[in-house]
Amino acid sequence: MVKEFGLDWTFVIGHLNYWLFIILMMTGLYIVVAKGNLVKKIVGLNIFQTAVFMLYISVGKVKGGTAPIFPVDMNIDPDVLYSNPLPHVLILTAIVVGVATTSLGLALAVRIREEYGTIEEDSIQKIDRDTCLQDANLHSEVASEPR
Amino acid sequence: MATETVVHTALTLTDQLPALQIVVPFVAAPLIVLLGGRRWAWPIAFAASLASLVIAALLLASVLDGSIISYHMGGWAPPVGIEYRVDAANAFVLLLVSAISTVVLPYARTSIAREVSERHHALFYTAYLLCFSGLMGVAITGDAFNVFVFLEISSLSTYVLIAQGAERDRRALTASYDYLIMGTIGATFFVIGIGFLYMATGTLNLADLADRIADKGDSRTIRAAFAFIVVGIGLKVAMYPVHRWLPNAYTYAPSAITAFLAATATKVAVYVLLRFVFSVFQPAFIFEVHTLEFIILPFALVAMFACSFVAVFQSDFKMMLAFSSVAQIGYILLGISFLNETGVTAAVIHLFNHGITKAALFMAVGAYVYSAGGSFYDTMQGLGRRMPLTSAAVVIAGLSLIGVPGTAGFISKWVLVQGALEKGWWPVAILIVGSSLLAVIYIWRVIEVLYLQPTPEDSRVREVPMSMLVPIWIMTLACIWFGLNTDMTMSAAQAAARGLLAGSAGMMGQ
Amino acid sequence: MRHHLILRVVTKLLIGVIMLFALYVQFHGDYSPGGGFQAGVIMSVAFIIYSVVFSLADAQKVLPPWFVHKLMAVGLLLYALTGVYSMFAGYNYLDYDAINPEHPVSGQHNGIILIELGVGITVTAVMVTIFYAFASRTPPMDDEAW
Repeated sequence: MVKEFGLDWTFVIGHLNYWLFIILMMTGLYIVVAKGNLVKKIVGLNIFQTAVFMLYISVGKVKGGTAPIFPVDMNIDPDVLYSNPLPHVLILTAIVVGVATTSLGLALAVRIREEYGTIEEDSIQKIDRDTCLQDANLHSEVASEPR
Repeated sequence: MATETVVHTALTLTDQLPALQIVVPFVAAPLIVLLGGRRWAWPIAFAASLASLVIAALLLASVLDGSIISYHMGGWAPPVGIEYRVDAANAFVLLLVSAISTVVLPYARTSIAREVSERHHALFYTAYLLCFSGLMGVAITGDAFNVFVFLEISSLSTYVLIAQGAERDRRALTASYDYLIMGTIGATFFVIGIGFLYMATGTLNLADLADRIADKGDSRTIRAAFAFIVVGIGLKVAMYPVHRWLPNAYTYAPSAITAFLAATATKVAVYVLLRFVFSVFQPAFIFEVHTLEFIILPFALVAMFACSFVAVFQSDFKMMLAFSSVAQIGYILLGISFLNETGVTAAVIHLFNHGITKAALFMAVGAYVYSAGGSFYDTMQGLGRRMPLTSAAVVIAGLSLIGVPGTAGFISKWVLVQGALEKGWWPVAILIVGSSLLAVIYIWRVIEVLYLQPTPEDSRVREVPMSMLVPIWIMTLACIWFGLNTDMTMSAAQAAARGLLAGSAGMMGQ
Repeated sequence: MRHHLILRVVTKLLIGVIMLFALYVQFHGDYSPGGGFQAGVIMSVAFIIYSVVFSLADAQKVLPPWFVHKLMAVGLLLYALTGVYSMFAGYNYLDYDAINPEHPVSGQHNGIILIELGVGITVTAVMVTIFYAFASRTPPMDDEAW
């Protein structure tokens, strides 16, 4: 075990995929939360999801394992170590879900742009707040008071 | 997959029921697109929903004695293959979802015809069926990743359905977008949790997962998985601090969709939460007990008060009901956090009773939108005289929401209070009663608007057509029926709670 | 894009190859990496390139939107009905043994080919639909903008 600066470096390097996962995931989540542009939010969501895909795929790798494809003649050598193909299959499904989410999100952004004339969250919220105020003025029960 | 030596015994129709439960609505959805006609869309959707209801009833009847039906997709036996697994808990949810859908659809035909333009109808009902089959799939599947896939099928179609409200109010688009962002984050958290579980155990089958976690015991990976799954599903459930997507989504969606979603979508998510918290993870794990006691319980209490309080000050009937939904989800989570049989029974029974109550109320909102053109209190002034039948339904369902004796809502609150007292948490019991008083206030406001305020002179509002009234009244009568005759719901809820609390043993069958 | 001679010629040459490759990935998917998802995306690329380089209207002449919608449903139904067939044969849903009960291995083969074909058709149609949906909303770009 190599210990320098009080850190277990084999542990740190050995868990590289987790570090990358954490960095990517947090980047994505940060973009979703911090950016006001609706399209950028979708981009952030994509990065966030991609981080999860990477986590799954990296977990499926078996040390020294090869691609899990059987030879055509099905003469399987018991000594050959195969990587775990299941995470790939799962992630294929998750990618499809991601594509569907992205396209739906973008479609909503297009429609929002058509209705509101902007895709900046601040302006949309301002417009929505104004509409809510109008609603409140129109429909409030204290409507008898002079406005 | 049978090998050549094994003689295959043909499955009968009864054996195929678990698969048919999903396949029927799922085949019907592309069928609508293929036929393309608007005339065919609704009949196909209704037929599929009705067939699902019959299947769900048959399934529930065969598992009420505590037995478990296991169906192997593609002939691959679990834990390798995907398994559909029906026990009392999810048969109950299946019945609730398909019953609500079958009642809401006739209502939707009239209501949607006015709220959504006609050229979208075929695709609208396709999305509806996909949402429906997604929700059913979440409930029936016994595979963790399959839960995610079905959850996303239902969520994606829900976003589309909510956005259809844009023809009446463009805020439906932003509501749908917000829900999409929050829902996707929730679903992705859920997948991360499942990933951690897979890392720790190497399996995705729920029963197998439960077994292996019970064998291995506590570990940091499993704790991380638990945290991610609870937060992820919590987003879908609209657990208190992450509930903000719900009020807007419910308010601006088409009325029929709100009625359907309020009664089913969050309920199915609660079921997933129950399934993971009790069956997959061991309730005996100390971190789980702590999570329930110190995180879920306080938040549930805050939801009950904060959201009821917000509901009191709304001037839109629909928005008020949406906030009340978040508060009612607080009751369900409260029941879960008691971690005893009475508490979980209360959660399951409230899931059902709140489902039918909210379906009745949201459908009534749709009736006011249909006739009066809006659900703001000032447009509803004095409509108790113009729309007597709808308004009477609102009163009865409203009483059920408060929890007045004789209605369904009373039963669930009664069991919930019992659960709290059993645990010795009498302050919680007092709080349950206290937050019901807030419900009295917000329901009273509606009743006052409907009956005690004068009808505007020039009002030409008339009662809605029968196709809308009948579904509203079916749900309203159900509120009374399940308030007086509690045998069916109580026994099903108790069977479900026992199965859930038995932990991994419950997954294996007695 | 009328003036981009090289692009137009290369595209015309490539589209056939892309489609062929898509079919290869599609029908070789049971032996090697590939299958309906990948093939569907590659196939849809052929149509998308065509509509980018030529014009959306041209692409929609070849593959009208209503037809793509039907294709989506057909692919999904092909998948679902394969499963329903095995149910009728007395097997579990999507148990491909039902397709050839005497030789389950060949049944599995044929089953996966059918299923992947359904997936391929649906994915092609969905990708093209998504492209149509977005492309038809923006004004077409003129040559000077490139």
